[in-house]
Amino acid sequence: MNFTPWIILFAPFVSAVVIVLITERFKKLSSYISVAAVAISFVFSVAVFFGQDGTGSFNWIDLGTFQVKIGYLINDLTKLMLLVVTGVGLLIHIYSIGYMADDRGRSRYFCGLSLFMFSMLGIVLANNFIMMFIFWELVGFSSYLLIGHWFYRPAPPAAANKAFLANRLGDFGFMLGILVVWSASGTVTFDELSGRWSTLGLSPGFMTAAALLIFCGAIGKSAQFPLHVWLPDAMEGPTPVSALIHAATMVAAGVFMLVRTYFLFEPSATALGVVLWIGLITSMLAALMATQQDDVKRVLAYSTLSQLGLMIAAVGLGAPQAGMFHLFTHASFKALLFLGAGSVIHSLHDEQNIWQMGGLRKKMPVTFWTFLIGTLALIACPPFAGFWSKDDILASSDRNIPAFLAIAAVTYLTAFYMSRLFVVAFLGQARSDHASHAHESPRVMTIPLILLSIPACIAGFPFIASIFIKVPEHEGSPIGSMVVSLVAFAAGAASGYYLYKDKAKDSIEIPLFEHKFYIDEMYGSLIKWTQDLLANISGFADRWVIDGTIVRGLGGITWGAGFALRFLQIGNLQAYAFLFGAGVVLLVYFILFGTK
Amino acid sequence: MMLFFGGMVILNRNPVASALSLVVSFIALAALYVSLDAYFIGVIQILVYAGAVMVLFLFIIMLLDLKAESRRRVNFPAVCGGFVVIILFIKVLSDVCYGFEGGNAKFPPISQGPQGDVWHVGMVLFRQYNVALQVVGTLILVATIGVVILSKRELK
Amino acid sequence: MVTLNDYLIASGLLFAIGFAGVLLRRNVIIIFMALELMLNAANLSLIGFSRYNVHDGVPDYNGQVLAFFIITVAAAEVTVGLAIIVALFRARQTTHVEDINTLKF
Repeated sequence: MNFTPWIILFAPFVSAVVIVLITERFKKLSSYISVAAVAISFVFSVAVFFGQDGTGSFNWIDLGTFQVKIGYLINDLTKLMLLVVTGVGLLIHIYSIGYMADDRGRSRYFCGLSLFMFSMLGIVLANNFIMMFIFWELVGFSSYLLIGHWFYRPAPPAAANKAFLANRLGDFGFMLGILVVWSASGTVTFDELSGRWSTLGLSPGFMTAAALLIFCGAIGKSAQFPLHVWLPDAMEGPTPVSALIHAATMVAAGVFMLVRTYFLFEPSATALGVVLWIGLITSMLAALMATQQDDVKRVLAYSTLSQLGLMIAAVGLGAPQAGMFHLFTHASFKALLFLGAGSVIHSLHDEQNIWQMGGLRKKMPVTFWTFLIGTLALIACPPFAGFWSKDDILASSDRNIPAFLAIAAVTYLTAFYMSRLFVVAFLGQARSDHASHAHESPRVMTIPLILLSIPACIAGFPFIASIFIKVPEHEGSPIGSMVVSLVAFAAGAASGYYLYKDKAKDSIEIPLFEHKFYIDEMYGSLIKWTQDLLANISGFADRWVIDGTIVRGLGGITWGAGFALRFLQIGNLQAYAFLFGAGVVLLVYFILFGTK
Repeated sequence: MMLFFGGMVILNRNPVASALSLVVSFIALAALYVSLDAYFIGVIQILVYAGAVMVLFLFIIMLLDLKAESRRRVNFPAVCGGFVVIILFIKVLSDVCYGFEGGNAKFPPISQGPQGDVWHVGMVLFRQYNVALQVVGTLILVATIGVVILSKRELK
Repeated sequence: MVTLNDYLIASGLLFAIGFAGVLLRRNVIIIFMALELMLNAANLSLIGFSRYNVHDGVPDYNGQVLAFFIITVAAAEVTVGLAIIVALFRARQTTHVEDINTLKF
């Protein structure tokens, strides 16, 4: 067995253990340990990338007829994901050294980061459902730790809870799906499953159901509608956490899982349709909501939601490769955008409202230019990376007109809100004191920004991308979709620019979007209603059934029996004799002659 | 005769007359015993029952100075219930007896030994039931003591 | 010809008479006497059976022995019972059994 994958997997784990047990007090040392672990993983991932495909495992639970294996599966998909996760992860770790320099919980933070890397790599490397599920849950747990890093404030713990619970809901469906698949096919390993699944002769309904249950996990983890509510609130965590977890890796785990298990979805057109439409709905909703947000991280969070929706929609369109391509490019430019936002926030002393920023072009040049590159990449401006991947998705939908229109609309909206963000945050005059005193961030933060902007620029070009991924080919005319995406992007960017240039406050007010379609409020009242109902039922049951019927009932029966039997104590001797004689007669009669 | 006087026992209003009817009933019963060749038991019956027990009864009646019972309001449902039970009892009794095959057997074919039944009874009594005999003796003793205690007046 | 059944029926009837006496009379003494009647009825039936269960020409004396015991014990019981009645009479000044009902609920 090849040891390299195990090193990749366990290096961050070792770092987490070491930090939590030994170096808690030495904050700088902890941060270096964590970075070193990720660097090791990255180096070995590169090695794996140029190495052979393969798989290996060992038995973790062995019950004779049933074994749970822990193993790795290296194929093209894995190699790509490994690079993305460890590469972006490494840059974010380095960035965190600068961003979290004054934070007193630094060791805890880096421990959480290492734990997260461990879990994420576990998902990527997993070769069977059960291992993937274990690490899936671990990723959810690490994100809980990281989102709630500043636990002494009121908002982060609530957000962490929300994230974990929404994840858990999705995981419930995921687990059901795993059990269904397992019981139907007798195996959980991806290799065996992919070979066996379509030959099992299962009914289409069954296959659809299994696929959709598995998709529930992706809905939870990748924050699709209706479980998308946790992602914007998760911005309460430190910005590098948002970059790592919620832009580049964890949320992409859902997409990764879908592509990994695509063989489950392939036979069922219904499941693919559901996937497509959930992705598109998420995408549209998020894009609409993003146009009205005032917090830079929220805009980016909704943008992530929107792009994730597009990736999922790509899977639903039968083009998982396009989805992976977009994931790959998105990881780089979204992380870039988040880190850039972090840089701005850091230098403006934790100011996150874009209407308090402005005029940062001269004061923070590196941040400014890298953010611009990231923005252009996101809104699919050629020749940046986003253009190529989004175009791919658009092209895959050319047979499905509603999907095509939806994706085009999302492209427009993306361009609109991103240019709004950029214009308001960076251009124009400084709108607050903090903004006018901004300064560039330290080099440990700007270097990752620069490094990330490189793939944001060039990763889209087919000849470069094809090193990493099999770029899908399309029949039909790719030109048509290219034109449409160009038009959409240009229109969006232009409208954003002109509407928001030199504005001091938001000119468009759409409360529906701004309040996130009131979905959170709906959930809140739904939960409250359910809880009230349950509480009332339990209260009723307790008062009437348990207290009344059982407890008082038993007492009452005893009392009643006693009361009734009292009447036998007549005190009259002859009455006793009478009863006695009657009893004897009856007894003798029944014994001797039976009951006829 | 036994039955007739038994009936008189319960029907008489005067307790003394009742007691005397009981005595006659006992004597008739003893006669029945003798007709069954149970001489010993018959004699014992007269000696103990008619002699000692009934005398005791009469003593108590005298002691308590019971007059003839006055008419009292009859508790109709109770009396009816009582009659019902009696009738039922008799019915069951007759059913049993007529179902009892062995009972219709005829004559008891006996031929005892020359010793007479007293000897036999004594033998059985003192051999097999010796323990029971002693226990009954003790029982009588205890009863005597009990009576003495029960009839003490409260010491002032 | 007298059969066992006759004796049994006689015994049963006597028992019934005694039982009726227990149920229907109000005077405690009379009730007691009726009780004695019942005991004697049982005795009669016992002796009857003893006479008719013959082994090798000898009657089965167990019945007679038991009847003997019954007579003895009945005698003892009469004494004690009458002593109780006397004590009761002294306490209640009545021999009517209906008036003795303090054990009523």
